[in-house]
Amino acid sequence: MASLVGFLGDMDLAEEAAQEAFAVAAERWPRDGLPQHPVAWLVATGRNRTIDRVRRERTLEGKTRLLEADQPAATMDEIDLDDSTIPDERLELIFTCCHPSLAVEAQVALTLRALGGLTTEEIARAFLVSEQTMKRRLSRAKAKIKATAIPFAVPADRLLPDRLAAVLAVVYLIFNQGYTDRGDLAAEAIRLGRLLAELMADEPEAHGLLALMLLHDSRRDTRVVDGQLVPLAEQDRSRHDQAKVKAGRAALARALALRPAAGPYVLQGAIASLQAEEQVDWDEVAALYERLERLTGSPVVALNRAVAVAEAGAPERALELVDSLELGDYRYLHSTRAELLRRLGRQEEARAAFEHALRLAATDPERRFLARRLAGL
Amino acid sequence: MKYALLIYPKPGSEEALGEDEYKSVSAEYLAFREDPRCLGGAHLQPIETATTVRYSGGENLITDGPYADTKEVLGGYFVFEASNLDEALEVAQRVPAVRLGGAVEVRPLVEIPVETAH
Repeated sequence: MASLVGFLGDMDLAEEAAQEAFAVAAERWPRDGLPQHPVAWLVATGRNRTIDRVRRERTLEGKTRLLEADQPAATMDEIDLDDSTIPDERLELIFTCCHPSLAVEAQVALTLRALGGLTTEEIARAFLVSEQTMKRRLSRAKAKIKATAIPFAVPADRLLPDRLAAVLAVVYLIFNQGYTDRGDLAAEAIRLGRLLAELMADEPEAHGLLALMLLHDSRRDTRVVDGQLVPLAEQDRSRHDQAKVKAGRAALARALALRPAAGPYVLQGAIASLQAEEQVDWDEVAALYERLERLTGSPVVALNRAVAVAEAGAPERALELVDSLELGDYRYLHSTRAELLRRLGRQEEARAAFEHALRLAATDPERRFLARRLAGL
Repeated sequence: MKYALLIYPKPGSEEALGEDEYKSVSAEYLAFREDPRCLGGAHLQPIETATTVRYSGGENLITDGPYADTKEVLGGYFVFEASNLDEALEVAQRVPAVRLGGAVEVRPLVEIPVETAH
């Protein structure tokens, strides 16, 4: 479908054309036999039929006589296309879907629809909105692409860093949406990540994001067991998917070979890689979080750094760091505070903090975990 | 495609410019008009000169002041011909109002199709 979007500059038209081409294929291949280059034939047929239809619509609008209404569809002999001449336009498609002039939620929905092959209903369920809402979101975004003439292109070099960051952010958003229960979404994000790493092989951050997602996903089966949240230290390492760990580390190595000065996704990938070790080097993890904090200025990163500092053996320093953060009612701020107070033996303060964290908890496994900690005080 | 670039300078930002700075910013705005893709534009006089016409209580109401009661006020506009949104955005990003703390809204014009002879 990607090739058709480029040609037709209109996603709805491309979808219809693609469906028509498949319908024709279903009808003709049994009769005429499989063409030499099926992909090329499908694209050419899609183009031809759409050209016919667009011509027809234009001439009808112009109120002049129908042109070529009875032109016979191209036969197999007339198609002289090599599969290799069909450009892979998926990269153009991703950048179009993730254009900054579209709302982020629209970028995510479009990416999943155009590249993820998810149905509108599936995307709606993934993001907890009604199918109607998602349909409107998608059609508004497509309309904006058309009305404002968002180009179907890989951005120029000077625009590329920001645009690539936006694309990676969308893929990461999809991955995070699938972090706890939706393994299929996480898998979809990883698939998109692999595609990006393949199409933008010179971009270290693309490999970094892939590494990050694979390494996190390797622990998918051990994070929640029987509805209970299991912290990293207590996870059954034999159930960590080693194939994913290996693939993640390979992606990380590619990123670092391209550019030793790590960007944010590469840093996060490196942290995830360290956390996959039997004995985690928490000092190193803390140092990487510090670099990430300097790059992003994110208080959530600072919070994660505090956790690493505590795990490295300095809970008091960690609590100082946590208390210096402005994160309002971010639930992990409070759960982290509570845990640090518990480790420091400050029972009464820990109790109050766990109670606060419990009130903010968003899922049942989280609630159970916090309730257990509270009970254990 | 034609795009309107609606310029909203940060309130007070133009007044705060020194004489030389103001001259150089004005020259920048003029340079936009020289761009062959520029189909027009104007710098609007200050908000104190605005009058708004509205329909209210069965008649046209004329009042002192701008339409929108916001801090940010439309200061001027350009109309540019560009081949796609990215090209229009590239022009918009260079408008001095942006780096001086304001904003530029980019919107395509409704274009009336021209009937071509067959």
